This record gives sequence, structure tokens and C-alpha cells, in this order.
Amino acid sequence: MQLADILASLFPDGHSIKADHGLLYGFAPLASGQQALVVGVSDRTAVGIDQASTLSRHILDDHSGTGPILVIVDSDSQKMSKRDELLGLNEFLAHLAKCLIFADLHGRPTIGILYGHSAAGAFLATALATRVLVALPGAEPAVMDLASMSKVTKLSIEVLQEKAKTTAIFAPGLDNLAKTGAVHFIWNEQESLASQLAALLADLPGSDDKRDLLGVERHGRTKAAEIAERVYAIARES
Amino acid sequence: MSVSTNTAPQATGARQVSWYEASARTRVSQLLDESSFKEFLGPQEREMSPNLKSFDLPEQFDDGMIVGRGLIKRMPVFVAAQEGRFMGGAFGEVHGAKLTGLLRASRDIGSIPVLILFDTGGVRLQEANAGELAIAEIMRAVIEARIAGVSVIGLIGGRAGCYGGGGLIAGCCSALAVSEQGRISVSGPEVIETNRGVEEFDSKDRALVWRTMGGKHRRLIGGTDAFVDDTIEDFRETALSLLADTRPFTLQTLHEEQARLEWRIQQFGTSADAIDIWRSMGVDDAAAIPEMTYAQFTAAAQKIRRPNHAAR
Amino acid sequence: MQDLTFTHEVAERATGNTKLAITGVVASGNLEVLVERALPEKQCVVKIRTTVRGFDPVWKAVVDGFVERFPTGGLRFSINDGGARPDTVSLRLSQALRLMEKTEQ
Repeated sequence: MQLADILASLFPDGHSIKADHGLLYGFAPLASGQQALVVGVSDRTAVGIDQASTLSRHILDDHSGTGPILVIVDSDSQKMSKRDELLGLNEFLAHLAKCLIFADLHGRPTIGILYGHSAAGAFLATALATRVLVALPGAEPAVMDLASMSKVTKLSIEVLQEKAKTTAIFAPGLDNLAKTGAVHFIWNEQESLASQLAALLADLPGSDDKRDLLGVERHGRTKAAEIAERVYAIARES
Repeated sequence: MSVSTNTAPQATGARQVSWYEASARTRVSQLLDESSFKEFLGPQEREMSPNLKSFDLPEQFDDGMIVGRGLIKRMPVFVAAQEGRFMGGAFGEVHGAKLTGLLRASRDIGSIPVLILFDTGGVRLQEANAGELAIAEIMRAVIEARIAGVSVIGLIGGRAGCYGGGGLIAGCCSALAVSEQGRISVSGPEVIETNRGVEEFDSKDRALVWRTMGGKHRRLIGGTDAFVDDTIEDFRETALSLLADTRPFTLQTLHEEQARLEWRIQQFGTSADAIDIWRSMGVDDAAAIPEMTYAQFTAAAQKIRRPNHAAR
Repeated sequence: MQDLTFTHEVAERATGNTKLAITGVVASGNLEVLVERALPEKQCVVKIRTTVRGFDPVWKAVVDGFVERFPTGGLRFSINDGGARPDTVSLRLSQALRLMEKTEQ
């Protein structure tokens, strides 16, 4: 689905969202009467220090807003450059994630909508820093591409593809990310996105991070929840 | 449990050992008060990665992550330490989940701070999706703990540095202490070179790597609160002073951090190299920074004007 | 991966009363040794998981030499091996044993 179609289907009453150098920013009225802040990344843009600080600025500027924050994503990975690392890209990406998570825990639920690509540090700072991540069917998240993985693991791409048939744990792709619990819902693009968003907001999961339990339910990440829970229990009793 | 410290115990300060050279277990046992560390889900539980076998890779009994509780100058703390020599300290499913569980407990207890001893190349590729998601869960758990009033302090000075998602988690911490050896970066040198070419970043130019990502640069630019000497003793003393200096994590913190980061882009956004940045900061002999000893560097660093580094 | 287990009947109980110790790291050319005081006093077991197949006789010689030289009764050694040389294995085994010989209150 193209971005314009997605926005039109999400916000039938109109919106003020503009794309500027691959960054999305604007507001949109929701069926509930609330106004959503919309930020995001489009056109598979890499997220560097300039992009991250622009997005976090938008979120902080709207600190008096009350509606949900939607994070719409079709990004590259983090911007890989000397300049970005020299100036502390890790701080900029972490700051963006902090702004999103802080807002979510202070009454402004964050919803990620992944409609294209995302990877690595950019994925962590945007879509994965939201309370609920939904994806559209064409989304293609990839923590790491198989070519890079092949280089590191010294296994051929064919061998990796064969392995990927039996486990969701490493290979790119929406199904794999959904099975591990990263993606909560995959929306139906044949139906109104506005009504699917309204349904989600009307029955919004709590702010507790339950992605590890989703991974167990979907058999994609079976051990994380148990390990975290056991450490939690021992630490509480210690 | 007894832990090998790889060094003969000496009458005068076993803590003078190099943080960089030490194993994760040695760091933990000497960072904390003697014999105070109690490990959670230790190696005897054999909770190893379920995902390495299919790659015919060896497992480690603790999956490269040690978590537990101990005392530092009699103050209770939770501790998590990555072993950078096992799989490059990378985040896998079990490795990450141990830290997530520890942070969630600290959040709900509300009064016991957390020390994270980073030593990581980022996501473990053989379980990339689980590792990436573990990092996302850890970032959220760090922020939840901080909002609950818990300090989360990162200590960075290991062989693997603090790369990839590890750098993002570090950026979420209340405060960081970094030694010269402690590189912090999202993309590693080889990753930048592979993707953008050797003209963008020559990963074999070690001097370039250190001055772009190393502890001295992070200290000068404000990427860390404290610069420490490469000894377990100095990390211990610095952790204590960072624990004593806790600030609430509020909307104000985020506004101040936004201002601090925007200021950095304005000031140094067109600098081509770390040395140019140091020079424009007013460092007298910027080109000599990489060669300076710990004492020389801290003296030079104290002279320059610092923006509000504390907001993070 | 290859799994090997060596069980020895030994004359002497390992000294000290430490219950658990660990040393080493799983990396190329290195190994970790976990020791537990968990067996009858006249028994010693060494369990190995190694990345390098086909070195059974070398492992046997190293383990035989180790249990001959030191009192190891009651101890179970568990090894994750990343392809360490025999001298490194011997070194780690004796490091691990030394940690168990401590007396803890």
C-alpha cells in the first residue's frame, strides 16, 4: 500500500501530515474525537542524528497534546556514516525511543504502523519503541539481511534460507517478526484502516510489555518470557 | 560460588587489574564488596541459548550474561555483566531476557539501582530477531525502571565495546562511565565500511576508530558522564559517585536532552573529524588527545566548557 | 558438536568444601569449566561438549592425566569447548579444581 493511500484510509476526515525529506509529521482527527500526533519515516529513509532529533523534537513540542501518537514507518536501518557516529548516533536514537516510551507511559499511547522496511537501530528507535506495533501485509522488517548474516556466520544464503523454514528466530520478514512477538497485529488492507485503528484504540493493550508472551503463544520465541520471569521472581525474593 | 579471577590475588589491591582484560565474572566480583555477589539463574542452571545448536556453535552455561545482586560499599545493587569474549557479547534470546527480568524487578522494587557492565557487539546474528526484540524490551524496561525512580548505570570498557543495540541501551541509562577502551557506537567500523565504502570509514585505521568511537571522544562530546581509568577500582569508585548523584527522569530531562543534542549538531555538525571537534571545543593540543595518559587527558578535559551533559 | 563423558572411580575425595565453581570462557581456542560437588566421594565425571570432532583419544589422555594427578572425588566437571588445545584444557581443569579446594564458611 502506498503512503498516501494508507493515510487516506487511516484518516478519512483529513489530516495535516506532510512528508519532508523522508520524515512524516502532522496531526489527524480520530473517530473518538481525539487528535493523533503522527510522526514517522517514509521512502525507506535511513535514520541518522538529523532525522532522529527532528522526530524527537516533534514529539516533545506536542507535550501538551492528549491523543495517541502514531509512528508510521518505512525506513532503512540507522544511517551508517562517520558523521553520525562521531556525533553520538546512539544517544540520538535512544533519545527518540525515550521520548516515545515516556509519552506512552504518561497517558499518550504509542502505536507503530510498519508499512515498509525497517531494520536494526532505526527499527529499535521507532516501531519497536511503541506500545503496540501493527504491520500492513507488504511490510518487510529485517533486523539483518541474509547476505550480511551469511558473511558473519560463514553459511551460504541457501543454507540460511533452508534453516529459516523451521525457525522464526533469525531470518528477515514480517511473519518471522510477528512470530517472535515484535508485531502485535497485521491489519487487513482491504478494509478501512480507520476502523481497525478505532477498534485497536477502543481495546488497547496495557502499557506492560507483553511481547515475550506473544512470542511464546506464537511459538517464535519460546524461552525469553520464562527466563525473564524466573530472573524477576528470584530478584524480587532476593 | 568461586570464580576464577585470572590473576594471582595480591596483597595490594586486586582491583588494580585492567577492566579491559578481565572476564565479566572478575569484573563483577571485584566491582562489588568481597563475596557479596549472589547470581540469579547461574551457570549451574544451564540455561543456554536454544538457538545456537542448529548453527553448530558452542553454548556457554550462562549464555554470556551474568545477572544478580550484591553490595557496593554496603549498598545493595543489581548487576548485569556481558562476557564480550563469548559470541562478542552479543544479545541473544536468553542473554537478553536475563537483563529484562532483572530490570523489571528493579522497577517493581523501586529502590535498588542497576549496574550494567556492557561488553557487546550488538545483536547476535544467529538469533537476530530474538536479539533485536530483547534489546527493545530492555530499552523499555530501563525507561520504566528510571521512571519508577531507579538509577540504571552503564559501565563501558570491555573488549567488544558497546555497539549496535548495546549503544542504544547505553543511551537510555541514567548515567555512563566509560574508559578509553570503551567504544560506543551504533554501526561498527566494519559495518560502515561494508555498506558505504572505505572512503566513508576505513575500519583498519585503528586511530580513526578510537578517536571517533572511543571513550575519550565520548567524554569530550558529552556521550558519557564520567571518564575512568582502565582499572576495576576506578570503575568501582566512579559507579559509587554516579549512584550518589541520582536525578529524577522527567519530561524536563527529555527537553534538556533534546536541547543538548541539538546544540551538538549546531556546534559540530559540519566537523569532518573528532580532532576538529576537540579543537573547536577549545582543547589546547587537540591532535595530542589520543596519546594522552589518563591523568593528562582528564586534566585537559576539565578545562573545556561543558554543556549540560547530565541530561540523559 | 560432539559430546563426550568420562567417568572415573577415584581413590580420594577432592579437598575443600566449595560446592560450585566456574572458570574460562567459550571462545575460539578457549573453554569454560563448570565444577559441581555433586557426586559420591569416590567418583569423578568429566562431561565435554566440543566444537571439534574426532579428538576422543586426546580428551581421554588429558582427563586420565588430570584425575591421576589430583584428588577429584565427588566432582562433576562440565566443559563447553571452543576448540582449546590440550594444555589449555589441563590448565582450566586445574584452575577449576583449585577453586573447589577453597574452604567456604
